[in-house]
Amino acid sequence: MNMFLETLIGGLLAGTMYSLVAIGFVLIYKASGVFNYAQGSMLLFAALTFVSLTDQGVPVLVALVITIVVLALMAVGIERLILRPLVNRGPMTLFMATLGLAYIVEGTAQGLMGSQVKALDLGIEDLPIFLGDIMISQFDLTAAAVALILVVALSLLFNKTRLGVALRGVADDTSAALSIGIDINRIWQIVWTIAGLVGLVAGLLWGARQGVQFSLSLVVLKALPVLIIGGFTSITGAIIGGLVVGAAESLGETYIGPFLGGGITPWFAYALALAFLFIRPAGLFGEQKIERV
Amino acid sequence: MSEIELRLTGGIGEGVSTRKLTGIAVAALVVSLPFLATEYWINAIIVPFLILSLAGVGLNLLTGYAGQLSLGAGAFMMVGAYATFAFQLRLPELPLPFALIASGIVAGAVGFAFGFPSTRIKGFYLIVSTLAAQFFFEWLFLKFPWFYNGDPSATISLPAGLWAFGIDLNSPHGRYYLTLASVALLTWLSYNLVRSQTGRNWMAIRDMDTAAAVIGVPILRAKLQAFAVSSFILGIAGALWAFGYLGSASVQSFGLTRSYQILFIIIIGGMGTIRGAYLGAAFVSLLPLALDWLFQQLLGGHADAGLLQNIQKVIFGILILWFLIKEPEGLARLLRRQSGNFNTRRFPRLKIRRQT
Amino acid sequence: MRKLIIATLLAGGAFMATTATLNAADVTQYIPLPTYRVGAYASSGELWWAGERDYFRYINEVEGGIDGVKLNYEEFETEWSPDRTVEVYERVKAGKDGSPIAFFFTHGTPATYALLEKAAADKIPLIDPAGGRTESIDGRVFPYAFPLLFSYYSQASTGINYIASKVGGFEKLKGLKIATVYHDSAYGRATQPAVELLAKKYGFENIQIPVADPGNEQSPQWRQIHELKPDWVFLRTWGVSTVVGIKTAARFGFPADHIIGDVWAGSESDVIPAGKAAIGYSALAPYPGGADFEIHKRLKKFILDAGKSDLRDQKYFGAVNYNVGLVNAALAVEALRTGYKKFGARPLDGEEGRWAFEHLTIDENRLKEIGFVGLLQPIQITPLDHEGGGAARIQSWDGQKWVLQTDWIKADHEALRPLIEQQAAAYAKEHGITPRTPDTETN
Repeated sequence: MNMFLETLIGGLLAGTMYSLVAIGFVLIYKASGVFNYAQGSMLLFAALTFVSLTDQGVPVLVALVITIVVLALMAVGIERLILRPLVNRGPMTLFMATLGLAYIVEGTAQGLMGSQVKALDLGIEDLPIFLGDIMISQFDLTAAAVALILVVALSLLFNKTRLGVALRGVADDTSAALSIGIDINRIWQIVWTIAGLVGLVAGLLWGARQGVQFSLSLVVLKALPVLIIGGFTSITGAIIGGLVVGAAESLGETYIGPFLGGGITPWFAYALALAFLFIRPAGLFGEQKIERV
Repeated sequence: MSEIELRLTGGIGEGVSTRKLTGIAVAALVVSLPFLATEYWINAIIVPFLILSLAGVGLNLLTGYAGQLSLGAGAFMMVGAYATFAFQLRLPELPLPFALIASGIVAGAVGFAFGFPSTRIKGFYLIVSTLAAQFFFEWLFLKFPWFYNGDPSATISLPAGLWAFGIDLNSPHGRYYLTLASVALLTWLSYNLVRSQTGRNWMAIRDMDTAAAVIGVPILRAKLQAFAVSSFILGIAGALWAFGYLGSASVQSFGLTRSYQILFIIIIGGMGTIRGAYLGAAFVSLLPLALDWLFQQLLGGHADAGLLQNIQKVIFGILILWFLIKEPEGLARLLRRQSGNFNTRRFPRLKIRRQT
Repeated sequence: MRKLIIATLLAGGAFMATTATLNAADVTQYIPLPTYRVGAYASSGELWWAGERDYFRYINEVEGGIDGVKLNYEEFETEWSPDRTVEVYERVKAGKDGSPIAFFFTHGTPATYALLEKAAADKIPLIDPAGGRTESIDGRVFPYAFPLLFSYYSQASTGINYIASKVGGFEKLKGLKIATVYHDSAYGRATQPAVELLAKKYGFENIQIPVADPGNEQSPQWRQIHELKPDWVFLRTWGVSTVVGIKTAARFGFPADHIIGDVWAGSESDVIPAGKAAIGYSALAPYPGGADFEIHKRLKKFILDAGKSDLRDQKYFGAVNYNVGLVNAALAVEALRTGYKKFGARPLDGEEGRWAFEHLTIDENRLKEIGFVGLLQPIQITPLDHEGGGAARIQSWDGQKWVLQTDWIKADHEALRPLIEQQAAAYAKEHGITPRTPDTETN
């Protein structure tokens, strides 16, 4: 039983790391209707920029500010050069455009900042702590706390500020928002910047775990099932979806994996997501907008 | 050599009077190609180009014609390759061409199964189903030794090499003709298919599925058909890729990057056109060579090699975006306009134009 | 833009025309290098190519080539994809500027597998040090495959030998639990037959735990380790899965000094990102890290200080992956030198290249001359043994650098040889190959 609980809790905590990645997707999807495949590359780019700066001896705060400025510039560029010309095109086209964007961002990141793995120490101890017999990772606990803070901050932003109201307006009804004079292009720029910031947070946490390197961009593949399960339009959904995927992967690898020879995590989350698509196509918290045949 | 291929495919759907003549000339050229080009061009450029074109045709049926986005092209190619290996290993009596067809059918069945979610969901949500296929088969073919006959490296290669009805196809020429014959035949089939009722049903679903349902298109059946036929072709393309081009293959040969590559081929070449797949494949195969050559000329080998590679990647991404934004119908449309076919110019949203 | 694209397509045609028109000015030996400077594995690749290029440049510019023959090396990007390596191979196999190719570095085990049959048919030796197909050690069945230096079976055996020395002898292995955490791929599984054999021989318990690619979340695996409580862990991961493996081990309280990493899990980029968790972690080192070997002094003087190095950042001078490049380049250079002695100082073709590699001997004396003492083990390759070394040193990470713990530890070749021959024979049977009998050949 302890083993089960430990597996479950470990999985849930690991899942919050997936949630962090998924939140970036939800923001962009809500505001601009794009499933942003390049989120993984943006995460890599953000973390790599930050670490390259601190490696050069730039103080942490300055590095953070520069990184944020770079991300904002990137958001403006994306909005101008990609989103605006592609306005009113189908979601498939937009999705494929983000594939192209991912190539550009990855090439730029590795071209400018090199491909060496960079160490990142956030100063979080990663030794096990025990709750009774159950072993829990400090690092994962910290990550979960960060995710929580991020969610609170984002919900404050959306519910208590003018910007948030405008943003929700765009998400709910784009043409209505346009007709009352909301500058949708500006909103897109802001949302893509915020998504970049969320990517930076996720990138730093993942980077502290595995080094800042190219494979950071692969976490995008973990986010898709999270979004399917949680729903594309809900931040709460992204959190819950991440927890579900984390727990399922962990339990699946431990209890089902041995019967299948192990190593099943890459597709297990997808199989789960597929099952969800059949039962509840909009995800747990998504709007019932998804098109059914 | 690329120009020759372009002309071959460019011929389809163009003016009728010159068509026969150029057709014959081009056919003669294509058949005699191995005697004109160097072995390097046959082995390293033309054979993979033909196979990628075929894969592009396969994916285009599903994504370009029937409007179902797939990121699992690599998975269906993988199924075809491993099925061919299994047939050749365990049923050596079955001649290679039949083994290829049988593998295509296996891949088609798999495509049919993974197409099922498309009966409930649509749009880009479908990428979940196709990505699931991608990851599942990568795992499956690596996990169970039966699929690769217990080879310690988990790679597959045909035990007896390439033979069809007693003819040795292992030489570069043999592999070229095997590939050419398969690709030509399947392209011809696809070309006829998209102009049949089935093809019209697919396009109706792509353009507006509710309307399609109203006019009596059997949506579910047509979608599953598209998945099955597309996977059939991808499966054969995968088998050719593994044994006609590489000689041996592992799951790595059909990873996610392969799926993206095939998708890029049809984006760049032109969604919903057969010849677009050829144009896209030519572009994808030749662009890296051309950029290499260009950088060599410009910089004479003095630049940082790592930087150059990353620049190539960026250029590739920019081109994808450029095509999506400026020319959603891809090279196929671009070249047609270029060739001065003014009567079909500038009706970008007119769906009828996509038929060929 | 539109014109540019059409021009690009046409440039492809022009490219074909230009490749044939180059003419040879000097006598050079053409050496194509399939490399990966883009993508997930670029971090190891970048330094590797720097090492190879720096050594080749040193031979060309300081030593005036090999017996006067200069090396003409050229890179081709593959992103570690076997398919693209096959394309490169096809592109270069006919040679360049009048020079045939004497051998082909595959720079990756999957690529070696993909090329095995093509290269045998084309008679071009495939060189894949510390990788490749293990049974191709048996040169009677695989005349053109050279898994030089340190095969996967030798890696397993050397690891076990080191553990035995740590626990106080082979008899103490009995009853121990040794877990292998491996990247779930052909590479990751390559040691399994050898470990199984050794487990039977010494009576330790053999636990195998797979990690699916890319391996950036390994809690389930290490929880399993935590439950099973093995005495030692043999970590056979690659890329990011090594960092995450070491970090997750720490998180589950498994001591780093009881983890032994594989060759390809033992570079700086595997441990630096793991931070404190990696202190005490050991790895097999057929390519030890460090910049204090004699050759490094020469390179520093003639290449680095002359501003001719390919390294972007000189702090990686002497990094494990840089040394991988140096050693591999040195093996190629010494083989060519052997060949030039026999055939004369001119570019060699594939068959001559095979002869050269099959008669490559680098003894202690020669190591001293070329400045590789301690960095490279003595090598003797024969037609029967395409590995020719089969030993590694052990190095441990102290938080700053790799510290060498041992001298060369030999693998148990007597135990492994029958396994290799048996698998080579099975391959020969399956592919209808009649093993050659090198003893009766004239050269």
